[in-house]
Amino acid sequence: MRRFVLMRIGHALLVLVCVATVVFFLDRVTGNPVQVLLPPDATVADAQQLSQSLGLNKPLIVQYLHYMVGLAHLDLGQSLYYRSDVVTLIAQRLPATAELAAGALVFALALAVPAGVIAAVKRGSVTDTMLMALVLLGQCTPAFYIGIILIWVFSVIFPVLPSSGIGGFSHLILPAVTLGSYSLAVIARILRTQLIEVFGEDYIRTARAKGLSSMRVIVGHALRNASLPVVTVVGLEIGSLLGGAILTETVFAWPGLGQLTVQAIDNRDFPLVQGIVLLFVTTFLVVNLLVDLIYGVIDPRVRLS
Amino acid sequence: MVTARMPVLGRRGARRTAGRRRLLARIIVVFLGALVVVAVFAPWIAPYPPDAQNLALSFQPPGASGHLLGTDQLGEDVLSQMIYGTRLTLIVGVAATALAGILGLVAGLIAGYFGGIRDQLLMRLADMQLAFPSILLAMVLVAVIGPSVLFLVLVLGITGWVPYARVVRAEVLTLRQKEFVTAARGIGVSDATIIRRHMLPNVMAPLATIATLQVASMIIIAASLSYLGLGVPPNDPSWGAMIQQGQLYLRTAYWVGVFPGLALVLTTLAINLAGDMLRDIADPKAYLR
Repeated sequence: MRRFVLMRIGHALLVLVCVATVVFFLDRVTGNPVQVLLPPDATVADAQQLSQSLGLNKPLIVQYLHYMVGLAHLDLGQSLYYRSDVVTLIAQRLPATAELAAGALVFALALAVPAGVIAAVKRGSVTDTMLMALVLLGQCTPAFYIGIILIWVFSVIFPVLPSSGIGGFSHLILPAVTLGSYSLAVIARILRTQLIEVFGEDYIRTARAKGLSSMRVIVGHALRNASLPVVTVVGLEIGSLLGGAILTETVFAWPGLGQLTVQAIDNRDFPLVQGIVLLFVTTFLVVNLLVDLIYGVIDPRVRLS
Repeated sequence: MVTARMPVLGRRGARRTAGRRRLLARIIVVFLGALVVVAVFAPWIAPYPPDAQNLALSFQPPGASGHLLGTDQLGEDVLSQMIYGTRLTLIVGVAATALAGILGLVAGLIAGYFGGIRDQLLMRLADMQLAFPSILLAMVLVAVIGPSVLFLVLVLGITGWVPYARVVRAEVLTLRQKEFVTAARGIGVSDATIIRRHMLPNVMAPLATIATLQVASMIIIAASLSYLGLGVPPNDPSWGAMIQQGQLYLRTAYWVGVFPGLALVLTTLAINLAGDMLRDIADPKAYLR
């Protein structure tokens, strides 16, 4: 087990280093940030001076090594635009995005589990068909459009919820629903398929035969066995959740990492873009490592092999 | 042990379900066909040129002054812009998917058939690609060159190869063990011919299913990028950019953004349903579930 975990961590680090390298070089071809930062009437001398003070006039390979050494010390460098530490900037925005993502996940799970169970238990029925149609609709509608429709209905037609910004619980509802609907659809769908498969197993028949209530059969026996693939999918969906956060935050002017990302790309703020990308990739890798470890908890058979 | 269980349906029930599925399939085919026709013949179908401005008639509600779906802030006809937007939507969706499919097919064949270090490298590359949120990668890459349809297709195509490569690789790994492949190799058939005659036809069915579903996600990513103001040149009518404009005028003129979004949802919905049906045909067991 320990060897497995160490190997996975090593693998994740390798992926991280590769991504860091790719992002570094990609950023360097997106154009010269100096032109964006300077006022339009700046002279060539001004540009040279700024470029020197930012370290952009050094050879690419020197910049790269400097960056990688910093990375090893968890130093992501200075933002070119905000002139402050990338780590600080990200830390300022992280809580907002975490709040949004947590809200979205809670919303998705709270609805996806009952929807998946009901659809699986009543498969082939009108309820199942309706639920799955709704789920498909959720899967096919881009996050930003869901957000706009929600704003239209709940802020314009019936002005009950705020349409932008961060604040109390009422501000969280629409963005969380927007970001969560795709995950909701994916989880409900896979849960239904898995449950239907598990319902055919011998141990479910045994559990029913020994007189357990349907509730106990579903919660105690079926759900646990069906949850393995669901957990895998949730892990892989973290990537699209982070991507969706960029759009959701733009729609709702939510002051999190997503908005910071869009601004950083607009401003050609290399170090900031690199920092955010690395954070996203690290999150994805950590979550998927956790998923692998959770396997052993959910299904002890995995631990043995 | 997994036992397949038939859905509990009477004979009449089964026939009714099958009839409904056929009807749905017809509707989808007609819808997607109509979409292609609209895209190809946009100049003849659109009631107005997409960029015909008339400031005197800005924000006309649907149905007013000969504008079926109303006009936007510049008095441009929303329906006509949507019709022209179909072109971009379909071109980007199909072309990016084709590119991704070809790249993934080649990568999957190499990884699965030849194995070894090539397999290791390609699969590690796939892991890396998966860890990268695709929309973020597209955002960074599109910022490199600026708005261009060709570049958008390239970016989406290059970043979308992983699912094909994984499926093709898995399929090829099992095919390699089959007797007909061993026999072909035994009588001295070259690798190229084995791949062409024995591998390719067998990986096409799963490939087609993934491709259909991917067209929908490519369309969504492209629209999301246009919504963020990245991707396509601002003057090309695109659904994503229309929705972005529409959000600004949601309070006074909902039609500017709501209708293009509806078109987007219907399109991805139809494509997804078509993909599900393809999978049912390719894997009849999935249909029973």
